[in-house]
Amino acid sequence: MPVSLNFLEQLEAESIHVLRETAAVFSNPVLLYSIGKDSSVLLHLALKAFHPAKPPFKLLHVDTTWKFRDMIAFRDRRARELGLELLVHTNPEGLKAGIGPITHGAAVHTDVMKTEALKQALDHHGFDAAIGGARRDEEPSRAKERIFSRRNASHRWDPRRQQPELWHLYNNRLGPGESTRVFPLSNWTELDVWTYIAQEEIPVVPLYFAAQRPVVERDGMLIMVDDSRLPLRPDEVPQERWVRFRTLGCYPLTGAVESRATTLEAIIAELADSRTSERQGRAIDHGAGGSMERRKAEGYF
Amino acid sequence: MDATLSGNTAHRDLLRLITCGSVDDGKSTLIGRLLADAGAVPEDQLRGAVPSSGNNSLPDYAMLLDGLQAEREQGITIDVGYRFFTTPRRRFILADTPGHEQYTRNMATAASAADVAIVLVDASKGLLSQTWRHSAIVSTMGIRRVVLAVNKMDLIDYRQRDFAEIVAAYASMAGQLGLSDVTSIPVSALQGDNVIRQSDATPWYQGPTLLRYLETVEIPDASSKPFRFNVQWVNRGASGFRSYAGTILGGHVRVGDEVAVQPSGVQSRVARIITFDGDLEEARAGQAVSLTLADAVDVSRGDLLAGCEHPPHLADQFAADLVWLDEAPMLPGRPYVMRLGTATYTATVTELKHRLDMNTGAGRAAKQLDVNQIGFANLGLDRPAAFDAYADNRNTGNFILIDRVTNGTVGAGMIRFPLRRAANLTWQNFSTDRSARSAIKGHRPAVLWFTGFSGSGKSTVADAIDKRLLALGSHTYILDGDNIRHGLNRDLGFTDTDRVENIRRVIEVARLLADAGLIVLVSFISPFRAERQLARERLGADEFLEIFVDTSLAECERRDPKGLYRKAREGKIANFTGLDSAYEPPETPDIHLRTAEMSVDQEVELVLQSLRQRGILG
Repeated sequence: MPVSLNFLEQLEAESIHVLRETAAVFSNPVLLYSIGKDSSVLLHLALKAFHPAKPPFKLLHVDTTWKFRDMIAFRDRRARELGLELLVHTNPEGLKAGIGPITHGAAVHTDVMKTEALKQALDHHGFDAAIGGARRDEEPSRAKERIFSRRNASHRWDPRRQQPELWHLYNNRLGPGESTRVFPLSNWTELDVWTYIAQEEIPVVPLYFAAQRPVVERDGMLIMVDDSRLPLRPDEVPQERWVRFRTLGCYPLTGAVESRATTLEAIIAELADSRTSERQGRAIDHGAGGSMERRKAEGYF
Repeated sequence: MDATLSGNTAHRDLLRLITCGSVDDGKSTLIGRLLADAGAVPEDQLRGAVPSSGNNSLPDYAMLLDGLQAEREQGITIDVGYRFFTTPRRRFILADTPGHEQYTRNMATAASAADVAIVLVDASKGLLSQTWRHSAIVSTMGIRRVVLAVNKMDLIDYRQRDFAEIVAAYASMAGQLGLSDVTSIPVSALQGDNVIRQSDATPWYQGPTLLRYLETVEIPDASSKPFRFNVQWVNRGASGFRSYAGTILGGHVRVGDEVAVQPSGVQSRVARIITFDGDLEEARAGQAVSLTLADAVDVSRGDLLAGCEHPPHLADQFAADLVWLDEAPMLPGRPYVMRLGTATYTATVTELKHRLDMNTGAGRAAKQLDVNQIGFANLGLDRPAAFDAYADNRNTGNFILIDRVTNGTVGAGMIRFPLRRAANLTWQNFSTDRSARSAIKGHRPAVLWFTGFSGSGKSTVADAIDKRLLALGSHTYILDGDNIRHGLNRDLGFTDTDRVENIRRVIEVARLLADAGLIVLVSFISPFRAERQLARERLGADEFLEIFVDTSLAECERRDPKGLYRKAREGKIANFTGLDSAYEPPETPDIHLRTAEMSVDQEVELVLQSLRQRGILG
């Protein structure tokens, strides 16, 4: 008999089970591809789950137009290489109104260009299940999130409508207009994700690896000057520093960390020593107590 | 985090555990200790958990564990939280069920996936009734390995004798509950004694620390059980290629093994075991793979592929332990959606044998199961299913029940044994069928189902329609609520449970009469959507017409033709629909009679018109 499964093989099997359930029981699922490391793992698991066929769902990227340029290039290359259909949606009203993180602030930008845009795309295509890469270890309010998380017709998350999840039996029944967010990576940690990326040789955006990049120090965060849209304050001069990113989002809102980790092995070693959570680098999380949860209730992923 | 984490992780396995106890037992402190000492709490989260008013150097671990703001504001935690930590030996998933509210429901949820339970006891208080409750749930949910963590040993000066007394008392409790593998550890979460480090304060204790136990306890392995594989998804490729995707739920499988597709029983052999990383020669429990079979047999989602030597049970009835999760009670006879493996059934509880008294463990007679109650019941399914006893395989002996109206997960079940009652009964087909009966009568059979409050005018309009149909030469029969309760249903009262059974019987009688070719007029309050939906499904959508006799409650009470409202208001009748018992109006009735706007003649015309449109009347 083959030897018993190690924890990473068990996590992988559980995620594949969830992806197959999603494809089987929902009429129009979609994979929310946000280009980051978690999405890369999610996509890899989807390829595994349905092999030798391709995943029976499309990819959706909500583009705020403020993502790192490297992310967009990576996104388009991966979709082409894998021959998967990629839908890209940007909030047209937000675009017309010129909403951006610098002019309108992180909260408005995230609300209009991410949360609203996601709802628009889900409604437009009639997706009843949206698969995402969120993990329970990211933030305390996620620790209680279900693997299948129910949303009402206006995409809001109501703690009282969440269903108990026993064994591996998931309740896929939805009322009119309701939809589900599916989180196959719920039980993974950041370290698991990187260990798996190394083991499976999964391609990720180069920004995760340390390199000399032009950054400015702003409000305690290292912000990369990714294009000319970032207005520099009078005393700011971009400096070339060795940095990498633990999470990727809109570049003016995403703090880099100083690092010399240029390989997967170095990243894993760095994480094993690290004692801060990955979302610490996200400007949007640091509002009033429980702000992540409030945004989740409003429909943020 | 431990620097050794960056080393080889290939050998590390996964243990799922739950903690049972309350904040008073020091549970949050114990979990906080485990997590923080194992390096699983990031510093920024740890900083956020230090209370501003606290003079304690320790973070408030309850703040770390309480995820939801709404709960924090109400000062209660009502759910299950999952926490992860890793040691050089193992990866752990800890399911925590904080708070006292909904304890059974949350603990059952957390326990369903757990391999080990930590039952926490306050050494200064000894065993409490909640210790019994926690252990009973642990046992019911199929966990066999228990750690009795006797906490707050510092409060009793680490006395061995007190510890030994608690251990002895728990041994007798565990014996009654069938928990055969109990390890007792004296700890102080606050001081850190025997949590991660062996304590000098308990020189008399030779056993493992809590963490040492968790790192070394044997993890149950389903791969020595008979082969089971639930088909989740069928891949259909070119030129008839079929592969069946699923997770192995028991045993192992090799290329060439004989397997049977259940419940059909058709046999074939495994041709390939496919994975993204290449074909395998064999695979074992826990692996998510795809199988192909040597023969072109019919396999679809919901089927169970099983080894031929140890087949699963096949039955449409079984006995099971049932945990009720929903505020609305479980009513025998009410249809629920059942998820069993990857298949979906319609199921009803045919008999509730008893519910468990959570304080004494005794079985008590019950007509319904309320939220957080555990019962033992017989269930009936709409067709045969393949399953194992939960004690034989936790993966293939469990199910959930889903409410058909709210879509909530309302119950969870563990199968004990199949019931063979229906196995020897087969449906007898007779040569005269319903179309022949229908032809001779000149109309199609139908069931006109009148629903509405008492006094809404159901019987009046049903009677008027009946007269018109008879005049047209139709063959009809009226089933009236009051009349049926004088005979067939005289044993039933007006509780929700009895109302459900009342309607179930009427549905079956209406079905027989419709099969005989009649137009059946059913005049019943029938207050619940779920039962009317059952009627529609049992009778067929083209023969069933839901007619909502829509008279306001105020108007019904004003009319009060039988004086019932007056009696109910005087407290002489309990469970009266509209007053102290719910009425769920139809959302989309086939015919909506708004009695305030129509005369009885107009109502009759509307119904007859509808019967003609549907081709029921020629």
